[in-house]
Amino acid sequence: MATKPRTLFDKIWDAHVVDRLEDGTTLLYIDRHLIHEVTSPQAFEGLRAAGRKLRRPDATIGVVDHNVPTSADRLTAVNEPESALQIATLEQNVVEFGVPYIPLDDVRQGIVHVIGPEQGLSLPGMTLVCGDSHTSTHGALGALAFGIGTSEVEHVMATQTLLQKPAKNMRVTVNGTLPAGCTAKDIVLAIIGKIGTAGGTGHVIEFAGEAIRALDMAGRMTVCNMSIEAGARAGMVAPDQTTFDYVKGRPFAPKGEAWDKAVAWWSSLPSDADAVFDKEVELDAATIVPQVTWGTSPEDVLPITATVPDPASATDETRRAQMQRMVDYMGLIPGQKLTDVKVDVVFIGSCTNSRIEDVRAAAAIAQGRKVAPGVRAMVVPGSGLVKRQAEEEGLDKILLEAGFEWREAGCSMCLGMNPDKLTPGQRCASTSNRNFEGRQGPGGRTHLLSPAMAAAAAVTGHLADVREFPLSSRG
Amino acid sequence: MKTFTTLTGVAAPLPMANVDTDKIIAARFLKTIKRSGLGKNLFADMRYKADGSENPDFVLNQEPYRHAEILIAYENFGCGSSREHAPWALLDFGIRCVIAPDFADIFHNNSFKNGILPIKLPREICEQLMADAKMGANARISIDLERQVVVRPNGEEIPFDVDPFRKHCLLNGLDDIGQTLQHAPAIDDYEAQRRAAAPWLFA
Ligand code: SF4
Repeated sequence: MATKPRTLFDKIWDAHVVDRLEDGTTLLYIDRHLIHEVTSPQAFEGLRAAGRKLRRPDATIGVVDHNVPTSADRLTAVNEPESALQIATLEQNVVEFGVPYIPLDDVRQGIVHVIGPEQGLSLPGMTLVCGDSHTSTHGALGALAFGIGTSEVEHVMATQTLLQKPAKNMRVTVNGTLPAGCTAKDIVLAIIGKIGTAGGTGHVIEFAGEAIRALDMAGRMTVCNMSIEAGARAGMVAPDQTTFDYVKGRPFAPKGEAWDKAVAWWSSLPSDADAVFDKEVELDAATIVPQVTWGTSPEDVLPITATVPDPASATDETRRAQMQRMVDYMGLIPGQKLTDVKVDVVFIGSCTNSRIEDVRAAAAIAQGRKVAPGVRAMVVPGSGLVKRQAEEEGLDKILLEAGFEWREAGCSMCLGMNPDKLTPGQRCASTSNRNFEGRQGPGGRTHLLSPAMAAAAAVTGHLADVREFPLSSRG
Repeated sequence: MKTFTTLTGVAAPLPMANVDTDKIIAARFLKTIKRSGLGKNLFADMRYKADGSENPDFVLNQEPYRHAEILIAYENFGCGSSREHAPWALLDFGIRCVIAPDFADIFHNNSFKNGILPIKLPREICEQLMADAKMGANARISIDLERQVVVRPNGEEIPFDVDPFRKHCLLNGLDDIGQTLQHAPAIDDYEAQRRAAAPWLFA
């Protein structure tokens, strides 16, 4: 019997259906649940109040990341009392409910979306959830990974399932070869610029095409990470040899016979050649120029060679008002060259860009240069293991020598929730994922860009075109 | 969860698109281990000045909107993070219904789970409701979930769509977990079969 051609998403979905309710809602099994200190306390409280247990502690893992300071003395210094309470609450909850936990003083501690793939906790073909929208990151492994709210966190804890309606399928194909100086970050910013922040709403995006295949796992994670910024429920890349090479040997990855069995299944997951997508978008990688956001939504992005747009050019009144608000908030002048925009702070980090590849990209620009006077530039590795590897490669020395801060792992300045924050009016070139008003601290101004572009901004003191920077150490 | 059947109240106009969850409740207010108490920081960066005093220009600082139970906004409401603190903050302030042309997925989901009804209506209709809302206390809007209609101050009824399962849960104030646990045998069966097929997923 011929079966209907299926997409990667369809195959993973079908493999996780526990039950179908009368109205078409699916009870979907969840293989992995990652928890952190901000979105879990109310869920544990709910379980406790209802006298329920955690169904599968072995499928769950906890880590602290959002609230933790990234200063060298963080294990001994006094933390903000509310942050300390959130961290202490998670530590009590993991003990009470028997959840495996990576504490702050463990070298594996880091941003939940960095440690998942790093530890082999995120695997191809899995359903993986976390009370955090950037859970989409793990889709890079060929998993169905998405963010959930705290009520759903509690639901997964109690039942290991979620009530879901299937998403629609969308494919974004990036053909061709990425030009020098452009990275995965530029690809995903260009995609969001093209389809908008609601372009993927209701859909799971599969990223495909030559330029996506050519990306390493870190790059694929950057792309999938920001699929939520395009409104998508999740982003995915079909597993291939690059994926298997990455996963093999990681602490929680299958071993021996189980490995062969796993790879056989994973190899069957890519979308069938004749599978139909509800929505298709294509992009030519060769046309991409390093990207930077100018507004307060990730879709308000432009090539670094562009100028600040004029709200008067908007086609309708709502958009004009929105652009005016953004230009005012960002303190920009219409017509100003983006490369003339001076920065106060440079932040290289976050679950979008804090892996070893990102640190290397920043160090390559920093080598033999100095951070511009008056600029605070910080590099925050995504995990203790990324930090350790960077130090083994001597990248910390290059960065420190150039005048960058080299910090401990955590979410840091991605969101204004721990001591790393912008002050009102400060302008930041940031490798994170959201440039919303106040995201990095009240009144802070964020320009999203790649790690290499951020490093270029640090050494020039303004937004800069990374293609104009010859790398001093090649090879 | 509180049931949601009918609601008649003041609607606050917020004529903005892409109202993100950082705007609704900024990250610095997420350091709580409770669900309640977030209402005072709802829309904090628009609602308060740098010195902490109220910004009189912001709609929720004006009468009668301080008592609004309905919020009217434009496209892509609730985009951004998965924080359930966004609906908790709206609820704690007193908002039980948000009407917009469309919503970000996770926010939409989270709203239902907290007894907030998100209603999707075309832009032109949202513009009409926005105009109604601007008339203040004299223009109360009603929602009837059972009949799936929004009633404008002039009596005109506007039908809306809602997922039947979610409607049922809201009308009865039902908790999802209790319902799912009725499927426990199916979960057990699935788990047994999954353990055989993919043993590496089980410790
Ligand atoms: S790094 Fe930023 S986006 Fe990622 S999990 Fe932390 S706060 Fe969220």
